Amino acid sequence: MNKIAILMVFIIFSCALISTILTLRPFGEPKSTEMDDYIIKNAQNETGSNNAVTSVVFDYRGFDTLGEATVLFTAVAGVLLVLRRNAHE
Amino acid sequence: MSEPSKIVKTIASIIFPFTMVFGIYVILHGHLTPGGGFQGGAIVASGIVLLLVAFGSAEIAKRVKESHLSILESIGALSFISLALLGLSTTFFYNFLAGSNFIFGRIPPFGSNPGDMNTGGVLPLMNISVGLKVIAGLSAIVLVLSLFARSRKQRKR
Repeated sequence: MNKIAILMVFIIFSCALISTILTLRPFGEPKSTEMDDYIIKNAQNETGSNNAVTSVVFDYRGFDTLGEATVLFTAVAGVLLVLRRNAHE
Repeated sequence: MSEPSKIVKTIASIIFPFTMVFGIYVILHGHLTPGGGFQGGAIVASGIVLLLVAFGSAEIAKRVKESHLSILESIGALSFISLALLGLSTTFFYNFLAGSNFIFGRIPPFGSNPGDMNTGGVLPLMNISVGLKVIAGLSAIVLVLSLFARSRKQRKR
């Protein structure tokens, strides 16, 4: 009974995945390229950075980097909180 | 655990400065070449992990305290947020230095060009602060983990 349920879930899930794959666009041809074109044309003028990836990461999508830095800060704070040497040990 | 051999120690101390230079190069040239604060910080932290593996956690912990690393990480995070806040007269994360005649203020010509360190506005400063944060954070994590494993092993004995 349990095995049949697992098999059913597996089949449904793979059907969903396969139907998604069949409707994908061909590789290298995204649907709309307005954002890409804007960044390629204006990244050097607006941010003065030759590396467009850095200008996206730190300028256009700065909030995302702030969240990433917060994740790292939280991880370090948690590790130091749990594993720090005790002074009276 | 036995001490690593002399070969491991010698090779680690030879490779370590090159790792440092490469990581700092990746951080400082984040606005010109592939890489940036996170990647360069991970490279420098991997150099510190190499020393930690070769010489043992007790030897490193004599020279570096994890509280100092924690302070460095907080300095990096605070300077990142304050650089973002300095552009607040327009928007949060506004690149206020780009196009000005101040430090890092030049605009490169459009298209491919040889590259100039003096470009990018606040991006190099943000790369440096994030790099400092990642270096200190990752080294603090690995140092504390290795010290913890060492103290557990000693307690079992």
